[in-house]
Amino acid sequence: MSERILDLRHVKVEFSTIDGVVEAVRGVNLHVIAGETVAIVGESGSGKSQLMMAAMGLLANNGKATGQVDYRGTNLLAISKSQLNDIRGAKITMIFQEPMTSLDPLYSIGDQLIEPIRKHQNLGEADARARAIEMLRLVRIPEPERRMRSYPHEMSGGQRQRVMIAMALANNPDLLIADEPTTALDVTIQAEILELMASLQQRLGMGMVFITHDLNIVKRIAHRVYVMRRGEVVEEGETAELFANPKHPYTKALLEAEPTGRKLPVAPNARKMIDATDVRVTFRLGGGFMSGPPLELRAVDRVSMTLRQGQTIGIVGESGSGKSTFARAVLRLLPSEGAISFENRPIQGLTREQMRPLRRELQIVLQDPFGSLSPRMTAGQIVTEGLLVHEPTISRAERDRRAVQALEEVQLDPSLRNRYPHEFSGGQRQRVAIARAIILKPKVVVLDEPTSALDRQVQKQIVDLLRDLQQAHQLSYLFISHDLAVVRAMADHIMVMKDGTMVEQGTPDEVMEHPREDYTRRLMAAAFAE
Amino acid sequence: MTDGTVTPAAPGRSLWADAWNRLKANKAAMVSLWYLLFMAVICIVGPWFTPHDFTTIYQDYTRVPPSLTAYPKPDAIDLAVKDAVKRSRLDLVGWQERDGKVYISLASAKPIDERVTRYIDRSDVFEGAQVSEKSADGLTLTISAGVQKKYFFFGTDNNGRDLLTRTLTAGRVSLAIGLLAGLVAVFIGVLYGAISGFAGGRTDEIMMRIVDVLYSLPFIFFVIMLVVFFGRNFVLMFLAVGAVLWLDMARIVRGQALSLKRQEYVQAAEALGVSPGGILLRHVVPNLLGPVVIYMTLLVPQVIILESFLSFLGLGVQEPMSSWGVLISQGAKNIPSATWLLIFPSFFLTTTLFALNFIGDGLRDALDPKDR
Amino acid sequence: MLRYVLRRFLTAIPTLFVIVTISFFLMRVAPGGPFNQEKGLNPVIKANLERVFHLDQPLWKQYLLYLNNLVHGDFGPSYNLPDFTVAELFAAGLPISIQLGGTALVLALLLGGILGITAALYQNKPADYAVIATATAGSTIPTFVIAPLFQLFFALTLKWFPVGGWGDGALINKVGPVLTLMLPQLAIVARLMRGSMIESLRSHHIRTARALGLSDYSVVIKHALRGALLPIISYAGPAAAALLTGSIIVETIFAIPGVGRYFVEAALNRDYTLVMGTVVVIAMFTIVFNLIVDILYAVVDPRVRYD
Repeated sequence: MSERILDLRHVKVEFSTIDGVVEAVRGVNLHVIAGETVAIVGESGSGKSQLMMAAMGLLANNGKATGQVDYRGTNLLAISKSQLNDIRGAKITMIFQEPMTSLDPLYSIGDQLIEPIRKHQNLGEADARARAIEMLRLVRIPEPERRMRSYPHEMSGGQRQRVMIAMALANNPDLLIADEPTTALDVTIQAEILELMASLQQRLGMGMVFITHDLNIVKRIAHRVYVMRRGEVVEEGETAELFANPKHPYTKALLEAEPTGRKLPVAPNARKMIDATDVRVTFRLGGGFMSGPPLELRAVDRVSMTLRQGQTIGIVGESGSGKSTFARAVLRLLPSEGAISFENRPIQGLTREQMRPLRRELQIVLQDPFGSLSPRMTAGQIVTEGLLVHEPTISRAERDRRAVQALEEVQLDPSLRNRYPHEFSGGQRQRVAIARAIILKPKVVVLDEPTSALDRQVQKQIVDLLRDLQQAHQLSYLFISHDLAVVRAMADHIMVMKDGTMVEQGTPDEVMEHPREDYTRRLMAAAFAE
Repeated sequence: MTDGTVTPAAPGRSLWADAWNRLKANKAAMVSLWYLLFMAVICIVGPWFTPHDFTTIYQDYTRVPPSLTAYPKPDAIDLAVKDAVKRSRLDLVGWQERDGKVYISLASAKPIDERVTRYIDRSDVFEGAQVSEKSADGLTLTISAGVQKKYFFFGTDNNGRDLLTRTLTAGRVSLAIGLLAGLVAVFIGVLYGAISGFAGGRTDEIMMRIVDVLYSLPFIFFVIMLVVFFGRNFVLMFLAVGAVLWLDMARIVRGQALSLKRQEYVQAAEALGVSPGGILLRHVVPNLLGPVVIYMTLLVPQVIILESFLSFLGLGVQEPMSSWGVLISQGAKNIPSATWLLIFPSFFLTTTLFALNFIGDGLRDALDPKDR
Repeated sequence: MLRYVLRRFLTAIPTLFVIVTISFFLMRVAPGGPFNQEKGLNPVIKANLERVFHLDQPLWKQYLLYLNNLVHGDFGPSYNLPDFTVAELFAAGLPISIQLGGTALVLALLLGGILGITAALYQNKPADYAVIATATAGSTIPTFVIAPLFQLFFALTLKWFPVGGWGDGALINKVGPVLTLMLPQLAIVARLMRGSMIESLRSHHIRTARALGLSDYSVVIKHALRGALLPIISYAGPAAAALLTGSIIVETIFAIPGVGRYFVEAALNRDYTLVMGTVVVIAMFTIVFNLIVDILYAVVDPRVRYD
């Protein structure tokens, strides 16, 4: 058996906050053998990131770690800061989730690459520069010499993550800790970065700890898995074994959380709810008093769509593809050009006042379950706000009764209706947001990434809920998501968008199994790679 | 409620309740809150209970130092007795003090007229002088007189006015201006900033350009001009001050309004068809309240400082009214000889400002705990 | 960059024009005039004086006349100090105010910066509380309280420093004014520095630097401080403009012959030219320092580009 390079024993992490001490990690044992890839899986708040932060001495000021973190026999929690600084960056390194902010915005890529190389390898300026360029080439950054002079803001998210990897690997570490390194990236870029990391690991023979919530990634790259929940490891084992034969109920639940099932298509002559033709949305940037003419940005360019009763159209695409903008334009929440009609009645030219009575038929559920609920209103007030507009005559008691009804329908305990949003979990908040939409008995609901901010398990529950509601009320959904697995389970028709235009559309089978366009093919390959 | 099936609702914990709990846990803020309350009460009620009026002038007691014991002191009584007796052209045999009264024995070669008590009464120190004993021949006489005991805990000023009373009444003025001008500034600022932020576009640009220009005007110039216009008038004073300090408020509120406009819950309300008025009432105002309250508590001390500053320059409140700034200005002119004139008003002003700042900081921590 | 600076100077001209115009008319609608104070001034003499200074002309003509002179760099004579022109008064007083204000500013930035960084590094520890206490005291106690208290204790009681006066710029005369000017600024700088440094130390790229094993010095000074300087720079610009153009309070209390006192005296005496002169000088300082702030911003932060 090979040597354990990292060995964590009884590690605990505590944070002291205004509202008391919070235990983030409650006694975890974990080890990494040279050259292997270990995945730590868990939902947000499971303590998986804080565990590795503690090992690296990177906890926030109010955090405290106890226990033992041995790196080749040295307890990292017991040594001095300067001793620790000789190990971090040289022997163990870490890359993070946030590629947009993890690099110093004030220094060039070159400066940031060279500094740790010089610190740990005692190289002169020129040698360090050569090494830095070599590393950029290794992570496949084009024109590395020129890129040395670039600043982080001049690069894309994927490129920044490559630079991060280059910085981390420049000193030939034994162990790389990657904390959700691909989560904030678009799927196609995600696949490229994962592939890069896997190939680098093989080439350089280092150990790797991969922190993630995404079981697909685990299956693809990890040798062993630790499953964490509420600060504890609930199960560990070889990847194949664990996936085939999970023991802990939580692991089982996680593995089953993948949304399943398919939506049957609606009859081709079903009622047309929304008909949108050649919708265009243009944003104007800048153009003030003194500055020149405004910059015109075509966010949506001639996209057409027909949504029928009971249908779910899934719109997929990466960030910036214009999918949300298109949906908002269809609901007339954004000014746009082109023809839009609702139940065969043109609504494009209607004023705000004229739109108001139609609003109860056309609802939207937004992505961020935190941001979409006003923090100063109770769940009951939030859910019934629409009634104030559309049924202003009903009594307070009647409103309360309707709120209870709506909350029951989204399977949320109605006795919680006097609570405020911050007292709910993410999934509960999203249920409140759905209740707010359906209390008005709408005909069309736009679902703008309603599950993206939620953990897998909760995601599945919300998907099931949305399906039940659709069945019960014959709702038509416009379902926007970058998560193709969820879209496959929800939609009977899929539109693929890129750079404001629609690239391809069709049934899920057509688009996902037999994509015609190159872009769609890459998207699918990245999302469903085994 | 007519429908018996409705589930009873458990109570929720609003952000305001959370904030209040955090504030209660903040010792500095709570002590400051009580101190400020105490200060307000003694400034408002205190002058009715002090034995002096803030305009009363005691010519015998100009610039007397603060003392916990009553004036006149024995040597001052001695002086006053001799002074009065000298004026009556009688001989002083002796005097003694018993039960808060002085007994003055006088002698003369000629029989003494009893109206001599008038000379004693004429002094500020004595009152109710009357003959208590008279020898048969009328050549010696003992007069008893009450001593007007006066307490000057903070001493008196150059004119012989009680500093304690003056400091408390000055506190009324300073606090009132702070509060009123603060309200004026908040009112103008919130209105202006909210309109600018919500209107957006061209309107916003023009309105903010105006604020920029006002910002670049020398601030003092602006205030002085306003004071010159309005005259040195207490009521208009706070208008002038408030009208200048609204600029920051306007910027803060505009920024908040801009970010609120982008919040998903405002978008969600728009999607529900809620009217602009409804959005303003249910979503914007409650969420603006926090920053406004915080800024208001930090604005009040600024206003008090500004008013004091103007008074210090002689542009503020005018005699016989006074504010802490006026008193400090007088104190600064008297420092070598009468330090108490500087120390007491400075102490009152500074501790009040401290208390206000701690409350403001405490509110900020309580309402926005991640900022700590 | 050069083009940007040039453009900024050009856009400053309308701003200056607006300020001059507002100030001019605001001042002139206020009741009173420069020669109304002296009671019993012979009406004939008063009329003569007003003619000499063109005060008998219609307001718009006076305004145009003033603008014309201003464009030619002529601030005009002072009405109340007839032996001097406004320019001469500034030539005499401005160097003194700049010396005091400049020293106070540099000291406040240095000491306040060090205090703020220390507090941020030892957040919620005794050192931090000490800095917070100092900063709270410094920013709470008004100058017009600090200055006389300084005189009372250090000049009158301990006799370390003179009570006031310029003393031809002797070092010992400058201590009091500089300290009282500095203290509030130091407090604000320390607070700002602490806040922005704490935020900077929390940012993700600092976590990266730590994860790469960079030394504390590099992490704190090279990476955290540079980003944390931005709010300080934007504060220092207007603060510099205000400090260098003199403080009424400090110059009055310490009897310093700077330019800070001109404004109030001139406004009260309706010394129109001196008031306008002060307004223009302060506005120009503000404009120049705001420009310097913007340039420094671009130097520190590569994301800021002006073109």
